[in-house]
Amino acid sequence: MDDYLRLQGIRKSFGSFQALRDIDLTVSRGEFVCFLGPSGCGKTTLLRIIAGLETQTGGRILQGERDISLLPPAQRDYGIVFQSYALFPNLSVADNVGYGLVNRRDSKASIVARVDELLRLVGLPGSGARFPAQLSGGQQQRIALARALATAPNLLLLDEPLSALDALERVRLRQEIRSLQQKLGVTTIMVTHDQEEALSVADRIVVMNQGVIEQVGTPLEIYRDPATPFVADFVGKINVLSGRLRPGRDLRIGSSRFACERDTDHEREVKVYLRPEDVLARPIAAGDPNVFDGSIDKIEFLGSYCLVRVNAESIGSEPLTVYLSLNYLAEQGLSVGSRLPFKVLPERMRFF
Amino acid sequence: MSAVLPLSVQRAVRQRSHWTDRVAHAALLAIVAALVVFLALPLATILAKAMQDSDEHFVGLANFASYLRTPALLQSFVNSVWVSLLVTAVAVPMAFCFAYALARSCIPGKGVFRTIALIPLLAPTLLSAISLIYWFGNQGVARGVIRALGFENIYGAPGVVVAECFYVFPHALMILVSALALADARLYEAARALGTSRRRTFFTITLPGAKYGLISAALVCFTLVMTDFGIPKVIGGDFNMLATDVFKLVIGQQDFQRGAVVGLLLLTPAVLTFGVDWLVQRKQTAMLSARAIPYAPSPSRGFDALMLAYACIVSALMLAMLGMAIFASLATYWPYNLTPTLKHYVLGLVDAEVGPAFTSSFQLAAGTAFFGTIVVFTGAYMLEKTRGMEALRPVVRMLAMLPMAVPGLVLGLGYIFFFNAPGNPLSGLYQTMTLLIVCTIVHFYTTGHLTAVTALKALDAEFEAVSASLKVPFFTTFRRVTLPICTPTLVDIARYFFVNAMTTISAVVFLYSPETKTASIAILRLDEAGEAGAAAACCILITAASTVATLLFMAAGAWIGRRTQAWRRPAKS
Repeated sequence: MDDYLRLQGIRKSFGSFQALRDIDLTVSRGEFVCFLGPSGCGKTTLLRIIAGLETQTGGRILQGERDISLLPPAQRDYGIVFQSYALFPNLSVADNVGYGLVNRRDSKASIVARVDELLRLVGLPGSGARFPAQLSGGQQQRIALARALATAPNLLLLDEPLSALDALERVRLRQEIRSLQQKLGVTTIMVTHDQEEALSVADRIVVMNQGVIEQVGTPLEIYRDPATPFVADFVGKINVLSGRLRPGRDLRIGSSRFACERDTDHEREVKVYLRPEDVLARPIAAGDPNVFDGSIDKIEFLGSYCLVRVNAESIGSEPLTVYLSLNYLAEQGLSVGSRLPFKVLPERMRFF
Repeated sequence: MSAVLPLSVQRAVRQRSHWTDRVAHAALLAIVAALVVFLALPLATILAKAMQDSDEHFVGLANFASYLRTPALLQSFVNSVWVSLLVTAVAVPMAFCFAYALARSCIPGKGVFRTIALIPLLAPTLLSAISLIYWFGNQGVARGVIRALGFENIYGAPGVVVAECFYVFPHALMILVSALALADARLYEAARALGTSRRRTFFTITLPGAKYGLISAALVCFTLVMTDFGIPKVIGGDFNMLATDVFKLVIGQQDFQRGAVVGLLLLTPAVLTFGVDWLVQRKQTAMLSARAIPYAPSPSRGFDALMLAYACIVSALMLAMLGMAIFASLATYWPYNLTPTLKHYVLGLVDAEVGPAFTSSFQLAAGTAFFGTIVVFTGAYMLEKTRGMEALRPVVRMLAMLPMAVPGLVLGLGYIFFFNAPGNPLSGLYQTMTLLIVCTIVHFYTTGHLTAVTALKALDAEFEAVSASLKVPFFTTFRRVTLPICTPTLVDIARYFFVNAMTTISAVVFLYSPETKTASIAILRLDEAGEAGAAAACCILITAASTVATLLFMAAGAWIGRRTQAWRRPAKS
C-alpha cells in the first residue's frame, strides 16, 4: 500500500493552549483510519485541519504528491460528513446529493443517473423527491454520506458521524459505512470517541490524548498491546495491579508469585495491566502455575457474559474484574460468595 | 518535542484565500466602510463640533462651560430628565400589568388586545399629542377635566407626559410580553406542590424572572422619551426639552457648537442605557435552559375578570387616542362644526404639501425596506458565515450594534455636520432622498441586524464547510440554501424598515429639503401653521398606510412561506 496522506509535525495552538503537538501520521491509500480519544483530545481539530476548516499553527500536510498545507478547503480533494449531517433542509434529497455535481456543469441526465446510483449505493433508492426532515436520523446520515461521495473524492472525512444516532442504528450504519468504504476503496478518516466503533471498523486506529498521538495500530494491536497506560485504560476494560518485578521473570503481586515474560536486572515496582478476559476460570489443571483463589463479590449481568468482581486476598486488596460466561456460572452453581481458582496467562500481562 | 523547538520555527501559518473568500472579504470591507462613513464619522463630527468654536478652532470644553452657564438650556436638561423618569415610572408598570394579562391570565381576545396596544407603533409618534390637544386642549371636548385636576391647560409638561406614555407603551409592552412568556412551568408546579400562595409565587418567581425585562423596558422608555422630538414640539408649548433645544439651536439659530453639546448630552444616557441593557441581556440568555417547559396559565375567575377589566380600560384609552384623531380629521371646523367631511384629506392632499410628501414617504419607506434589507442581511451573512479577516469582525459587530444607542435626532445632527461640510466630497448627497434613505437604514440598522443574525445562527454552522468541500462557492449556497430558508426573516426585516421609515421624524427632520419632505414632517409643518385638522388627517393617513403595508407584508410573508417553506412540513403519509 502506498502512502496517500502524510501529516508532518502538525501543531495547533489556541492562544496559550496547545490543542495539537507535533502530529506525525501517514495514511495509506484505501485505508480506513479512526481518530479515537476522549473529548478535547484534539481529534476533531486534526480532522478539520486536514479539511482546511482550521489552519494549523505549524507543520505540513501532503495529499498524494500535493502539498495542501495552505490550500483553502475548496482546492482540496475530500468529501466530509458532519455529526449534524448539515443537509440542506430546503432542498430535496436528490438536490442534496447532486449539490456538488451541479456546480461541475455536468449534464442534467448524468447528474440524475449519478444521484440514482448514489442513492442505491447507500440503500435509499427512490427517496430523491423527499425532504431531509421527512427522513430518520440514520437515513439522513446516509444521504449526507451520498452527498460527500457524489463528486468521487479521494479522501472521505467523517466527523463523529454516528454519535447522534440510537445504539442499534449506530451499529448497523457503521458496518454499512465500512463495507461501502471497502467497495469504493476510498481512503477514509473517521473521528470517534466510541472505542467499540473504532475497533469494529478501522484498519488502523490513532489513539489521541491531550493533543498527542498515544499509539497508532490495528485494532488488535491497540487492544492486545497498548503502548501506554492511557491506551490500555481508554480502550476496553482493564485491571491495574501493583506488583514487584524481580530478576528471573519473577512477578510478585500481594503474597502471590507469578511467572511472566518480562525480565529485569534489578527488582522494581511495576503496574500490571490485565484484561478481564486474560484472567481465566477454566481450564485449570492441578499444578498449573499462575493460579490464585478468589471469591465472587458482585455479578453484573450483561447477557451471555457476566462481568464478575472478584476479591483475592492473595493478590492484594484491590478487586479484580473478570468475564465469566452465563453457562459457566450456571454449570458450576456460582453465585456471590463462591470461591474458585483463577489463572493468569503470562503472555497477556502488560507492564508499565 | 515541541517544547524544545526554537520560537523562530513557530511562525504563523496562513491559509491561502480562495477567490470566493476574497469576494466575501470585499463585501465585508464594503459594509465596514459604509458603517464608518454613514455612522461613525457623522458621530465623530458631533464630538469635534462640540469642542470647536464657530471658526472651527479647538476650544476644549468651553462650549460645555457656556452651556452650563445658560440657565434656560440647563432647565431643558432638568425638564427632560424628570419627564423621562416620570413617564418611565408610569408606563412600565402599566405595560407590565397589560403584559401580565396577556401572558399569565386566561382572558379572551388576547390577540385583539395585543393588536390594539401595539397600534401606536404604526402611527407617527405625535399622533397621541395631536389627539390629546383635541381631547383636552383649549378647545378640547374634555378640557374641564384638566382644570378639575388643577392644571392650567394641557400644553407643557402634563401633555408631554401623557402623550409620551402612549408613545412608549407598546415598546415596553413588547419587551415585557417576551420576558413574561419566558417562564418555566416546572418552577410554578414546584411552588404549587409546596403549597406556596399566589402572592408569594408572584414575588419569588414571576417578578425575579421578569427582572431583566423590566430593567430593559425601563431603559428603553427613558431613552425614547429623552430623545423624542415630535411630542414636545407639538404639545410642549414653551416647556423646553433637550430634543427641542437641539432643533432650535441648530436649525433656528445655526448655533452648531452648542447644538453639538446638547447632542452629546442626548447621546450619553442612550449609550449608558444601551451598555447596561447589553449586560442585562447577556445574563438573560443564560437564565432559561433548553429543558424548560413553557408555562400555560390556568383559569381563575376573579383574577381573570380583573385582568380583563384592566385590558379593556387600557385598550379603550388607546382607541380613544386613535379615534379622536380620526374624528378630528373628519370634522368640518373644530369645534364649531363637527359635520363629517373629507375636506382635510382632500385639501391636504391637493392644496397643501401632503400629496408630494406622501410620495416622498413612500419612496423613503420603500427605499429603506428594499436596500436596508439587502444591506443588513448581506452584512449579517458575511459576518456570521464567511471565513478570514478575523480582526475586522468584532469591528463590524460593534458598528452594527451602535445605532441602537444613537437617538435619531443625534444621528440626523451628525449627518448635517458631516455631509453639509463644504469640504466633504459626499456633500452632494445632502438633502437628497438617497441620504434620507441611508440615514433611516442606519438609524434602524441594529434591530434588522439582530433579527438577521438570529436567523442565520439557527442554520447549521457546517453548510459553508460542506459547500466548500463540494467546490461550491459560498454565494451559490447563499442563493440556493440560505436565502430560501431565511425568506420569512427577510420579509420581517423589510416590514420593520418600511413601517419605521413611514413614521420616523427624528433623524429626517434635519435632512429633508422641500422636494424630499416626508409626510411625518408635513404633520409638524401643518401643526405649526395651525392646520390641526389637516395634521390629524395626515397622521391618520400615515397610520393607515403603515397598517396596510404591515398587512401586505404579512400576506406576502404567508404567500412566500407557502411557496418556499414546503420542506418544513412533515411528509404526507
